[in-house]
Amino acid sequence: MAEMKVNLCGIEIDNPIIPASGTFGYGYEFAELYDINMLGTFSFKGTTKDARFGNPLPRIAECREGMINAVGLQNPGVEAVISDELPKLAKCFNKKVMANVSGFSVEDYAYVCEKLDKCDQIGWFEVNISCPNVHGGGMSFGTDPKNAAEVTRAVKKVTTKPVFIKLSPNVTDIVAIAKACEEAGADGISLINTLLGMRIDLKTKKPVIANKMGGFSGSAIFPVAVRMVYQVAHAVNIPVIGMGGVTCAEDVIEMMLAGATAVEVGAENLVNPYACKEIIEHLPKVMKKYGIENLKDIIGGCK
Amino acid sequence: MKQSIFTIKENVALTSSVYKMTLVGDVSEITKPGQFVNIKLDGLFLRRPISVNDVVNNELTIIYKVVGKGTEFMSTMTGGELDILTGLGNGYDVSLSGNNPLLIGGGVGVPPLYMLAKQLIAQGKKVSVILGFNTKDEIFYEDEFKKLGANVYVTTVDGSYGTKGFVTDVMKNLETYSYFYTCGPEPMLKAIYNTSVTEGQFSFEERMGCGFGACMGCSCKTIYGNKRICKDGPVLKKEEILWQK
Repeated sequence: MAEMKVNLCGIEIDNPIIPASGTFGYGYEFAELYDINMLGTFSFKGTTKDARFGNPLPRIAECREGMINAVGLQNPGVEAVISDELPKLAKCFNKKVMANVSGFSVEDYAYVCEKLDKCDQIGWFEVNISCPNVHGGGMSFGTDPKNAAEVTRAVKKVTTKPVFIKLSPNVTDIVAIAKACEEAGADGISLINTLLGMRIDLKTKKPVIANKMGGFSGSAIFPVAVRMVYQVAHAVNIPVIGMGGVTCAEDVIEMMLAGATAVEVGAENLVNPYACKEIIEHLPKVMKKYGIENLKDIIGGCK
Repeated sequence: MKQSIFTIKENVALTSSVYKMTLVGDVSEITKPGQFVNIKLDGLFLRRPISVNDVVNNELTIIYKVVGKGTEFMSTMTGGELDILTGLGNGYDVSLSGNNPLLIGGGVGVPPLYMLAKQLIAQGKKVSVILGFNTKDEIFYEDEFKKLGANVYVTTVDGSYGTKGFVTDVMKNLETYSYFYTCGPEPMLKAIYNTSVTEGQFSFEERMGCGFGACMGCSCKTIYGNKRICKDGPVLKKEEILWQK
């Protein structure tokens, strides 16, 4: 019998499959398609202090084996998430959900996390530090170890649940940033967020998306993600959630061998809404093929 | 929404760049005119959203214009199977039509109006249709709407066929209509918004990520707050539209 359970900072989840933030809404769209209780958990839509419409349209561009998005963190704001979205989710999901949080100042992050920490439905935080720091010159918090640590400390101070810091791959030394977060008290690291990308329309000679640049995701980025997960997982002593271009059960095994305790699936949900269901159903067969009895045993198995 | 495999029965050119594809499969989720389907194509990452032209028994027809890689690839298909998400979008609300509704289509915005006209006529409504094209060679579906029993007007921008000018030039001179439904390029929709003397419904086109409400790639602002073109649209009522650009 294939054992798929993994332990994510003290909470055991039935399997390591987690739909990634921004590709799964607040869950209930997918609950119309299949019972989302089969998931390990999922990371809900990036939530900010205030409601955000996000960027102008078009926000989406096709790429070879991937896509660029510049949605711009559209969400109803933390109050509406607590009053509207979480009660709706409770009707179709009886497991702990991962709260993905974004902010534009250290105070924003702390504010949102403190509010959400009181919600029983939430099991973990995933703090997206790829956002621009509006009080710090607009540079992303995630590109500087000092800023990343500052956000981590601020969030840890106001929360009781495990905090994963979600790292941006658009940096020169991701290990230094991961270590800074660990030292500041992070309970785990999740990576990678999208890679900064751009497409240009040959007819109009203009960028395809209104925001000019956006986050590149999809199967094309998988090797970059595996490399970064491997580097970070071998450098820190806290659990790592691996993501980036995962499309199938084999990719999940590869991510775990690189050092991931759990694996998020992102863009693939948008083209195949049943992606996570299919991966979970297929995983035991792939485990058998590679002689894996317990998934826990392979975490970081590639030295 | 349903994901299923359709078999391509026929794929024919209606003009030099517009094709009609007939697909056989499970159409049970397609419940209203104005909905769309999202098609997975080999070698392309994102699905391609295309409006439903008609559904008869287990046959779905879509009419698409070759505008990029995806539709170009589709135009070369002569058979085989396609992975399609069906039953997407809210579709037109036929209950508001009144007795003599006006349907206005521009270019490749014409196709979804066909299934709508069929349903309205079946309900005994007196349907008028304005079809707008750039030039005579681009015209399609004039006869099909006539065969349904609709009163059909055609406009061409260059005057090579029908009334010279825009759909709104015909609309301005129509005596009465109880309600309107439209689909077409955004400048045309805006002109109709400003010309119309009744309430009506507009179908919008936008670049989409998923097509089923998950990614927030196609959001727009309305009087009633943010809506997703793919899930809360593509049809919006006149009263709720806020023009962005």
